[in-house]
Amino acid sequence: MPGAFYWVCLVPLRGMYRWSGIMHEILWHGRGGQGVVLASEVLAEAAYLQGYRGVTSAPTFGPERRGAPLTASTRIDDEPIRTFSQIALADIVIVLDELLFGSVDIGAGLRNGGILIVNSARPPENFRLPDKPAARTASVDAAAIAREFRLTVGGAPVVNTPLLGSLARLWDRISLAGIERGLAFKMPPASAYNNYQAVRRAFEMTVVGDTRHEQT
Amino acid sequence: MSDVRIITGNEAAALAVTLCEPQVVAAYPITPQTKISELLSEYVERGTLKAEYVRVESEHSALSVLIAASTTGVRTFTATSSNGLLYMHEQLHWAAGSRLPIVMCCVNRGVAAPWSIFNDQQDSMSQRDTGWIQLYCRNNQEIIDTVIQAYRIAEEVYVPVMVCYDGFILSHTMMPVEIPDAAEVRRYLPPYKPHTFLEPERPRTINPVFFPWRRQNADGVLCDGYMEMRRKLQKGLEKARDVIAVASSDYAERFGRDHGGLFWTHRVEDADIILTGMGSIAAEATLAADLLRNEGVRAGVVGIRSYRPFPPGLPAVLRNARLIVVFEKCFSYGYEGGVTSDLKASLYGTGVDAPVIDVIAGLGGRDVKTADLLGAVREAMKSLESGDRACRTVWLNCREEE
Repeated sequence: MPGAFYWVCLVPLRGMYRWSGIMHEILWHGRGGQGVVLASEVLAEAAYLQGYRGVTSAPTFGPERRGAPLTASTRIDDEPIRTFSQIALADIVIVLDELLFGSVDIGAGLRNGGILIVNSARPPENFRLPDKPAARTASVDAAAIAREFRLTVGGAPVVNTPLLGSLARLWDRISLAGIERGLAFKMPPASAYNNYQAVRRAFEMTVVGDTRHEQT
Repeated sequence: MSDVRIITGNEAAALAVTLCEPQVVAAYPITPQTKISELLSEYVERGTLKAEYVRVESEHSALSVLIAASTTGVRTFTATSSNGLLYMHEQLHWAAGSRLPIVMCCVNRGVAAPWSIFNDQQDSMSQRDTGWIQLYCRNNQEIIDTVIQAYRIAEEVYVPVMVCYDGFILSHTMMPVEIPDAAEVRRYLPPYKPHTFLEPERPRTINPVFFPWRRQNADGVLCDGYMEMRRKLQKGLEKARDVIAVASSDYAERFGRDHGGLFWTHRVEDADIILTGMGSIAAEATLAADLLRNEGVRAGVVGIRSYRPFPPGLPAVLRNARLIVVFEKCFSYGYEGGVTSDLKASLYGTGVDAPVIDVIAGLGGRDVKTADLLGAVREAMKSLESGDRACRTVWLNCREEE
């Protein structure tokens, strides 16, 4: 039978656990037209289908312009979500265009110990964040994968869905099966099939950087 | 099996409207409402919504079309935001004064100047005295359910209803929403049967000039004057207090979801620190209250769902309050936030003398996090503990001039 001291310690811990341990926050960085919002929506669908009762997917609030930097955010929780404010420090940051590192402070939105996934042909060591030494970094050549599966819009590779495969590789709370079902909810069967092949290829091809810090 | 979809607040509103089967829809696009009017025109085009969709050149015309349509006895819908709602202002009075059960979504957005497309609640709050019922939603599930309830309420008391929800924060954020069964919605909301309506076979004049005194009509019957008509409008809103509560409890019985009638509560049973507000900020406040509870503070939340009619039951819920913190996204310039004024007035003479701290937050879309709300409550508690019992207004996350 635990003593009084045990309960005194447990009560505040439980609160902190509920606050920071169960809700997962994912921030997507891309450019208008890259399908950032759709990727966030597919993730929300996948998480819901996997049994998470609370999911939200939100675009950048405000006007959107093609090519301009923008973000989308996904929240995933066991309980229905009651917070609708902007994400301050995400658990996972996914970057669809590596050139954004030159114009947006990507690291500012990632918690130390979180996961950073970048669409790039370069290895993940190129994207280490000096102020977030505990972050796990991964990269995947999503553009090459998109071309391989003929996922292009107006000649430009569609890199949003392949990155979901990289996410599943780095983060075991989302499965490839969940993403497959999520895609089926958001697009016609032929597109969903094609996108899922790209997701699987990205899952395999993702290069995971230094894994000294496995805990997320 | 229940039909759950992950959708935005605007999509939830548009689906609710489809389930309510209005015969006439007229809307003019304005951010962040635009998606509702786009979806409804799409549904009409596709044939899933059998309504007349009237394209108009302005919000003033949109509501004028609905006033005309509703006068012929049909169910109607429109949606707008911000300056669009302000442009409707004259017709808002006209719709309420004519006792037409029009339902409108106001996707809350700040008003100009300076120009903003982002969320606060100044638009609907500044239409407080137009005679419309105003209901505020805290998530997308509540939006779909409240729009359906709004028709039932409007058609029972013959008062138009504005369903308000936060622009972008809810209108553009996707979350799981259970779509009510269409047949069950039909049972909950039978087809609209107007008690009086205009038709070509029986031409009449409606709303002619009323004189300050009562007058006999052509049949020699002494009719109500302007003042009696306005008194009846108030009676309609007084009756709406019970009607809103019943519409909500009946809905809960049929669909299993109870969003509260005039207001909802979160952990208030033994609470002496009460946080209150309307819309998504009140949902955010429940997280702040939970965090305070974890520290041993007896905190709870009262979410105001109906701003007009204002809930008469608040003093009973607040009787044990030592401190009341109101979070609101609007301001009555020259005084204080509107919810605070009404709340204080409702407590007058009831024995509840807790200080009311009016926290103005999120104007023009400024981000409000749970931690911000928590900080404001802690600040208010510190003042109270130091013996300062003054009511005051605080502008949260706003730079003060030196």
